[in-house]
Amino acid sequence: MSTQSSRFAARMMVAPSVALLLIWMIVPLAMTLYYSFRLYRLISPDRTGWVGFNNYLWFVNSPDFWLALFNTLALVGGVLIITVVLGMLIALLIDQPVKGQGVLRILVIAPFFVMPPVAASIWENLFMHPQNGLFAAVARSFGAQPILFLENYPMLSVIGIVSWEWLPFATLILLTALQSLSSEQLEAAEMDGASALSRFRYIILPHATRAITVVILIQTIFLLGIFGEIFTTTQGGPGSASTTLPYMIFKQAIAAKDIGRAAAGGIIAVILANIVAYFLMRSIGKHLDA
Amino acid sequence: MGKIELTKVRKSFGDVHVIPGIDLQINDGEFVVFVGPSGCGKSTLLRLIAGLEDTSSGTIEIDGKDATNLPPAKRGLAMVFQSYALYPHMTVRKNIAFPLKMAGMEQAEQDKRVERAAKVLNLANYLDRRPGQLSGGQRQRVAIGRAIVREPAAFLFDEPLSNLDAALRVGMRQEISELHQSLKTTMIYVTHDQVEAMTMADKIVVLNAGNIEQVGAPLELYNNPRNLFVAGFIGSPKMNFIEGAEAAKHNAHTIGVRPEHITVGQGPWEGVVGLSEHLGSDSFLKVAVDGIGTLTVRAPGEVNAHHGDRIKLAPGGKIHRFDANGLAI
Ligand SMILES: Nc1ncnc2c1ncn2[C@@H]1O[C@H](COP(=O)(O)OP(=O)(O)OP(=O)(O)O)[C@@H](O)[C@H]1O
Ligand SMILES: [Mg+2]
Repeated sequence: MSTQSSRFAARMMVAPSVALLLIWMIVPLAMTLYYSFRLYRLISPDRTGWVGFNNYLWFVNSPDFWLALFNTLALVGGVLIITVVLGMLIALLIDQPVKGQGVLRILVIAPFFVMPPVAASIWENLFMHPQNGLFAAVARSFGAQPILFLENYPMLSVIGIVSWEWLPFATLILLTALQSLSSEQLEAAEMDGASALSRFRYIILPHATRAITVVILIQTIFLLGIFGEIFTTTQGGPGSASTTLPYMIFKQAIAAKDIGRAAAGGIIAVILANIVAYFLMRSIGKHLDA
Repeated sequence: MGKIELTKVRKSFGDVHVIPGIDLQINDGEFVVFVGPSGCGKSTLLRLIAGLEDTSSGTIEIDGKDATNLPPAKRGLAMVFQSYALYPHMTVRKNIAFPLKMAGMEQAEQDKRVERAAKVLNLANYLDRRPGQLSGGQRQRVAIGRAIVREPAAFLFDEPLSNLDAALRVGMRQEISELHQSLKTTMIYVTHDQVEAMTMADKIVVLNAGNIEQVGAPLELYNNPRNLFVAGFIGSPKMNFIEGAEAAKHNAHTIGVRPEHITVGQGPWEGVVGLSEHLGSDSFLKVAVDGIGTLTVRAPGEVNAHHGDRIKLAPGGKIHRFDANGLAI
């Protein structure tokens, strides 16, 4: 696949799908861009016109914006750290030969099949509920006051729920990485006098970097747009304590029915995603090359 | 120092008794080769000595100290794997230095030893490459380099040359032999290659189904195999075994004659040439001898015998005699 003619043929053959994808991407983006400079409120549809950067200025100057930005990054960062670290530990654990390995693996993967609103409801009502929740029951059995998760720690609660949903994904990818490591390499390291910790540090971790990179990149894409879990549990509250950028856009578009401002928020989110992607690719993208 | 002593070592995987019980002594500085058919337990035995498998029972002593339950790192042995098992994300330099780093050795001393090993193994120009950028023979040398820098009590090799092409194998075989001459460290070497076993070993251990059939110097095994298995396994092509009336003439149940000990031309045996292979230096003939069966003959140089010819053969050299239990008489 590297002669001149085969490269040319390859380009010609992917050209149609690339063109289609481009249109697929460009059209919505262009429309969002268009509306972000327009006055367009569903409550007063006849008042339209160009407003320049006003929508953006409103968005950036709104008191919730910086909090929402911070919350978005905290959500992405928090979930990434939790899922990669825990995912690696669980993957190491279920890579060991134990009885019932198959069942164990299915159990570990199961949360991934639960839809986000369902997962959030389960957590809200069965675990975190101050009267009926499991955590409240545990707290009471120790004679402690139940913690009001969604009221006092809304962002941490959301991070916890989302981590639970994405943990199986990280575990699965990391597990396949561990399984592709030749046992002879580990045995060689063992003979070379490497302790279990050194084997992890010098053999397993470098072997898994590509898988970790994949986990981080894919999860970041999805985590930047997390919405359902917040909508189901905290509704961005209390106040705006757990409002993220996507949730703020939703509030503008649906609650305030201001399409122009929501579109401006959308463009800001796209810019943010690109900044994140740029830094991610700069710092870890090199692991994707062979 | 590298004296290794196995006493009644057994190994089972579940119900499978891979090694039913082995006693073996390996002296300091010896080059010991384990040979045997595929699946006979050579690798398992080596891994038991390395500590990568637990013994089911029995004891392993290294330099007079009980090492049966010692972890691999504490045994002071170095192993070269068949797949080399290099660390792909480390440069050659880091690969070779890895055991030293794990031992907490100073950087300066590490560098010194790596340089020395690289010089011995002709790797000096490749130190900053990764294993993926090396040829098979170079990788093999890196694996050996990683083993020698630790200055272990003994080296363990598990079929280290089986992934190399024929020419390279001959070269590496000599290099390993030379390494043994200069280091004078005990080496245990697993192979199923006759030539490697015969040329490199001080002592060959012939294994069959987890049992030791015979231990001895290469020529000792060649000249005085203890039983039919060793007689058939050592030597290439395989020894001819003759039973029945011809064997009875020699007061034996079975007699064995090596292909290279049969002369073509005159003699008591007569038969028709089946397959004939002429290599220039040698000729290999399969001859269907009347009343005896098919014999393999290895004649030096060129022999004018082709498919369908009737020729006469004479057994020369040593005739090996075996009783009904397959033991040498
Ligand atoms: N982990 C294991 N579990 C069960 N059986 C095993 C295991 N490892 C090896 N065996 C069995 O033990 C026997 C000896 O295996 P071993 O690898 O020592 O053979 P070998 O002599 O090295 O063969 P080869 O020349 O093909 O490498 C084989 O029958 C193999 O199936
Ligand atoms: Mg083997």
